Amino acid sequence: MSSRQVVMRARYKQSVKDPGVPGILIMTEEKFVFTPDDPMSTVNLNVDFRQIKSHKFSKEGSNKQALLNLIQDSNVKGGSYIFEFDKFSDRDVCRDFVGKVLGKLQASQSAAKNPPINSEKSDVQIHHEQISTSEMELRVKLLRENIELQKLHKQFVIGEILTEAEFWATRKKLLAGDNNKMPKQRVGLKSAMLAEGPLSDGRTNKVTFSLTPEIIQQIFTEKPAVHQAFLNFVVSGKMPEINFWTKYCRAEYLHRTKNAIAAAAEAAGDEELAIFLKRDDILAKEARRKIRRVDPTLDMEADQGDDYIHLPDHGILRDGTKESTESEYDEYRRSLLQDLNRHAAVVLEGKALDVGKGDTVTVAEALARSKQAELANEISDENANRERSERLYRMSEIEDLQAPRNYPLAPLCIKDPREYFDSQQLNALKTLGDTVAATKPINSSLSTVQAYGFLRKFISDIKEGGLVDPFIKAETASEVLAGLTKQLSSAKYHLGSNHQESVLDRLPHRTKEELLHHWMSIQELLKHFWSSYPITTTHLHDKVIRLKNAMADIYNKLQLIKESVQSDFRHQVSLLVQPMLQALDAAFAHFDSEVQKRSARTGERPNGCV
Amino acid sequence: MKFKLEDITVYFPYDHIYPEQYSYMVELKRGLDAKGHCLLEMPTGTGKTIALLSLILSYSLERPHSPPKLLYCTRTVHEMEKTLGELRLLLRHLPRPSSLLALGLSSRKNLCVNPSIITSSRDSVDAACRRLTATWVRANAGAPTCDFYENLDRVGPAEAQGLLPAGVYTLQDLRAFGRERGWCPYFLARRMVQVANVVVYNYQYLLDPKVAGVISREMQRESVVVFDEAHNIDNVCIEALSVCVRQQTLDGATRNIHRISQEIDRLKATDAGRLRAEYNRLVEGLAQRGDLSVSDTWLANPALPDDILREAVPGNIRRAEHFLSVLRRLVQYLKGRLQTENVEKEGPMDFIVTMNSDIGIDQKMLKFCYDRLHSLMLTLEITDTDEFLHIQTICNFATLVGTYTRGFSIIIEPFDERMPHIPDPVLQLSCNDASLAIKPVFDRFQSVVITSGTLSPIDLYPRLLNFNPVISRSFTMSLTRDCICPMVLTRGSDQLPVSTKFDMRSDPGVVRNYGRLLLEMVAAVPDGIVCFFVSYSYMDGIINSWNEMGILKEIMQHKLVFIETQDVVETTLALDNYRRACDCGRGAVFFSVARGKVAEGIDFDRHYGRLVIMFGVPFQYTLSRILLARMEYLRETFQIKEGDFLTFDALRQAAQCVGRVIRSKSDYGMMIFADKRYSRHDKRSKLPGWILSHLRDAHLNLSTDMALHIAREFLRRMAQPYDKAGNGSKKTLLSQEDLEKMGEGNFDEMQL
Repeated sequence: MSSRQVVMRARYKQSVKDPGVPGILIMTEEKFVFTPDDPMSTVNLNVDFRQIKSHKFSKEGSNKQALLNLIQDSNVKGGSYIFEFDKFSDRDVCRDFVGKVLGKLQASQSAAKNPPINSEKSDVQIHHEQISTSEMELRVKLLRENIELQKLHKQFVIGEILTEAEFWATRKKLLAGDNNKMPKQRVGLKSAMLAEGPLSDGRTNKVTFSLTPEIIQQIFTEKPAVHQAFLNFVVSGKMPEINFWTKYCRAEYLHRTKNAIAAAAEAAGDEELAIFLKRDDILAKEARRKIRRVDPTLDMEADQGDDYIHLPDHGILRDGTKESTESEYDEYRRSLLQDLNRHAAVVLEGKALDVGKGDTVTVAEALARSKQAELANEISDENANRERSERLYRMSEIEDLQAPRNYPLAPLCIKDPREYFDSQQLNALKTLGDTVAATKPINSSLSTVQAYGFLRKFISDIKEGGLVDPFIKAETASEVLAGLTKQLSSAKYHLGSNHQESVLDRLPHRTKEELLHHWMSIQELLKHFWSSYPITTTHLHDKVIRLKNAMADIYNKLQLIKESVQSDFRHQVSLLVQPMLQALDAAFAHFDSEVQKRSARTGERPNGCV
Repeated sequence: MKFKLEDITVYFPYDHIYPEQYSYMVELKRGLDAKGHCLLEMPTGTGKTIALLSLILSYSLERPHSPPKLLYCTRTVHEMEKTLGELRLLLRHLPRPSSLLALGLSSRKNLCVNPSIITSSRDSVDAACRRLTATWVRANAGAPTCDFYENLDRVGPAEAQGLLPAGVYTLQDLRAFGRERGWCPYFLARRMVQVANVVVYNYQYLLDPKVAGVISREMQRESVVVFDEAHNIDNVCIEALSVCVRQQTLDGATRNIHRISQEIDRLKATDAGRLRAEYNRLVEGLAQRGDLSVSDTWLANPALPDDILREAVPGNIRRAEHFLSVLRRLVQYLKGRLQTENVEKEGPMDFIVTMNSDIGIDQKMLKFCYDRLHSLMLTLEITDTDEFLHIQTICNFATLVGTYTRGFSIIIEPFDERMPHIPDPVLQLSCNDASLAIKPVFDRFQSVVITSGTLSPIDLYPRLLNFNPVISRSFTMSLTRDCICPMVLTRGSDQLPVSTKFDMRSDPGVVRNYGRLLLEMVAAVPDGIVCFFVSYSYMDGIINSWNEMGILKEIMQHKLVFIETQDVVETTLALDNYRRACDCGRGAVFFSVARGKVAEGIDFDRHYGRLVIMFGVPFQYTLSRILLARMEYLRETFQIKEGDFLTFDALRQAAQCVGRVIRSKSDYGMMIFADKRYSRHDKRSKLPGWILSHLRDAHLNLSTDMALHIAREFLRRMAQPYDKAGNGSKKTLLSQEDLEKMGEGNFDEMQL
């Protein structure tokens, strides 16, 4: 609802069990007023929305009350106002309105912390744009959810560096994307088959099938004959939907009992039932169409054309491969294997449309339309087929006999694996060469006992005398090392120790926050700065000047931060800040050169006004 | 690369070569020089096809005055496409300008481009084509014709050479070419087969007399015939000469006879001259009209060409009505024989003797049944031959029975053993001797190469097929790293043994153990997994059980599930989707049957198959009478024990299934043989050498968790980079310099 107030019949209750006082509830942007029907009643509410902190509402259900609870102060009992509505739709309208108002209030409260002059200005600016309430709501909601966005908004818009429109112009995606949050990957069809086993009650002779919309959609995709029948009978109004599904479930039940003769008998009686019991013609036609496009190295159907040995009554009949006689009831026999094939094929194709709600009729029609579109595409799909056959042909070549192909892809290895294998060979050869009698054999044999004796003597010598003549003193060495690692290259020393940490984390909290905030502001400003060139109107010119001033501001702030930071962090901080400063410098340089060019062009207008 | 092998220059389309490929080429060349037959076993994953093609084509390039033609036979159409793909790669590396013409040949159904004829069933295409292209139809001015055929026909025979420019043509290419020029691709291919350098087609076009008599009649002697993936060639030979007669065949035959007699009456009334001309021709001894055009012949005589009597048709079936009455009597007799209550088995001689004493049809009359029928149908100008298939079957049966006295058995079964309550009598003429069908091929062509990845035991084949190869060699594979990890799993995680033995099959504990095995593997192995089961009914049953136990649902949480069904279209689409699922990273499991169509020719290399699980030992249905008859014949003729033969056949099939996952040395895959019987030595020893050499003792007799552990280790190891060329002295990848260095003298050192 886009009007500024809502009027609704409601009942005011103090608690949930209270029967409630009937009356009229009027809500505006600032407050809500409740007037009871009974003029004698003392309940008369006039509450400012600013006092309301939040609102709650009851869930929809057939035997639940439609309640809306406006909470003022949850700590105080009775600090909430509960309204009951006759219909859920009424309650929803009020609920949405309240939500919107509360949202706006909260956003404006945080914005209201700024000096009032700015808010006045921003009010004026807001009124200039003709935005719908819903968009306003959206913006408010976004601001409320995203603290950083709020900060930026505060800094620029309220600080009148950017206008509201400009700020949101680059965030169209956020505004638009909110409405249809479609994830990139669509959920496919369930891989489990329709195992809707009917629930059969042991006591009574009732068998219950449950059909949810998802199952119905799956039925339509897997069995086009059922879909067609639905379109013919139900959509055109010849049969009510419930009858259709009853017949379908009866057919399913008959199939489950695997009684082909009974199925045939029933089908003979009831024409519509017959459709569900017989083989799916549409599927057969589709299969014949698809078989023409199949890869010829897979095409087993073509073999039948060549098979003169198995002409009827030629060849060996009872060689054990054919195991069941054909009967006239074959048409009514459906095998699990065929269902599995069909189901897997359908899952592979993927879900054609994203149909969440809507009754079965709309689902059926939408599915039919999408199928027709697909059919039209298929016919003109020759290129894709040709490309596929090319790829299959390439794959049929033996890979490792060929020369290596140079695909435009980066290999997943740092070095060429060939080098490793060659070096391994070299090593193998070297060891081979060493042991193979290339050198003259030295016949020096040392018995184990003697070798052991030498070793022991050596060890005891060292134990006694230490390592003789060390090159440097041990203590100095360790001091130097410690100094080097801990002080001079302290960053590396610390960095490796905790892999979760980064340089930023080790700065004092405030500095970190500031740096991050400056980074984001610079991004925003630069975006707008660069997009304003070339300058063609006064508006852009003013904007650029404003932006430049803001940037100069931040520049100075960054320099201050750099100087204020502790000595051992100074280097890292300057490294962090460097790119930001560079970007700002580039922008300034560009601005100055532009100004110079313009003044050179216009001659006696040194102040740069066009 | 290009290198010299003895006296010829071999053009090889890659920069490196495996040592096995080199040795293979050496052996092959020796066989070709000796103008004899070769039997070569080379393990899967060593690039056998390209080595073959490369050597034979280079060989024919060295002899420009009389280049031997290459007739390359594959088992399936998709293998044909793969071979032509490799040929295309090779063609790019041959010296220019190359006048090499290579094409694939298939049936009308796979090559027709006439939009009014293309339908889904093969017989309709054949019949529809004949309806438009038969000579008598075209003679009628007003009848509809096929534009593509007519356009092609207008091109005179003199220009036949240049119709198809040099290059490699897959079936798709032929269709595209035909559409572009407005010519019929099928008849174009039939014509060009005479002049092409390489023809790739199905086994049947050479082995099945019905088809070979039409297509391969004019191939010259100096051709090199290659049967690729020929480990099942004996089965193909046997089936080519087998016929079965059922109740519906006989009923259909009766209808056909009735129809034919109506046609004869009609013809007598309108154009009696034709029948008279036929009679005269038969008197003179010409069973067939000599000037039959290509489009009129459909199927040839089912007996082998050497066995067809070149005599005049016997007098008592020369007149059309007499012949029909003979046929009627024959059909009646067969109906009577089918009504037996017991299983009967006899040889062809006994059968004929009994038949002669009952209805007076002798052997000579039977021999000419096919010819006589064929001639009659042409005279009557019948085009929809698929309707007359029944009487054709009867005549084929009669001709085969009349022609062959040994190597066949006739078995009459009143019902199928597994469904004894359903009466379904079948009279099966089954050939037991695989050498019959292939004998003309060995006699006619000077070099026949039989090659496969699983030909062990290799000395069985010359006996089965009755030929003497000049070269019979089995190559082993040299691997840079152990990229194959076969495992024999005998127990589940509860340590109970698992098997598909008949009495253990339906044990819920075994079913659960198999399910849990698959579930664990599905969670640990990336991309594609293939599972082979011993039969369709077993696969059906176990999947339903898994579904009820909830195991299937858990499997589906990890990967998508695709299954081979008995419908070919559905299976092809499932395969296609399976490949897509593996490509996009979703991962999938494919359930298939060990003797099914998928196991015959579909590759699951690279990420399409990282693990293959063979659930059980794929024995044939051992109670089948035909199999028993065959084994009896083998025992009598070759002294091969039944048990040995069954085991050999089963393990041949298992090895073929698991060999699908490796296609090159940089590929890797795991194989699990999940049955306790594999740990027995007599079964295990029949696996081919390249599997046995990687089957470590520690990998025998595993349980599920041990297998899982090994699988994880293996996958991790395989993901590491490795030295492709092999290290030290044992080189597994040779480059051009290596080959030059090898020269003559050091060759033996390289031989593995």
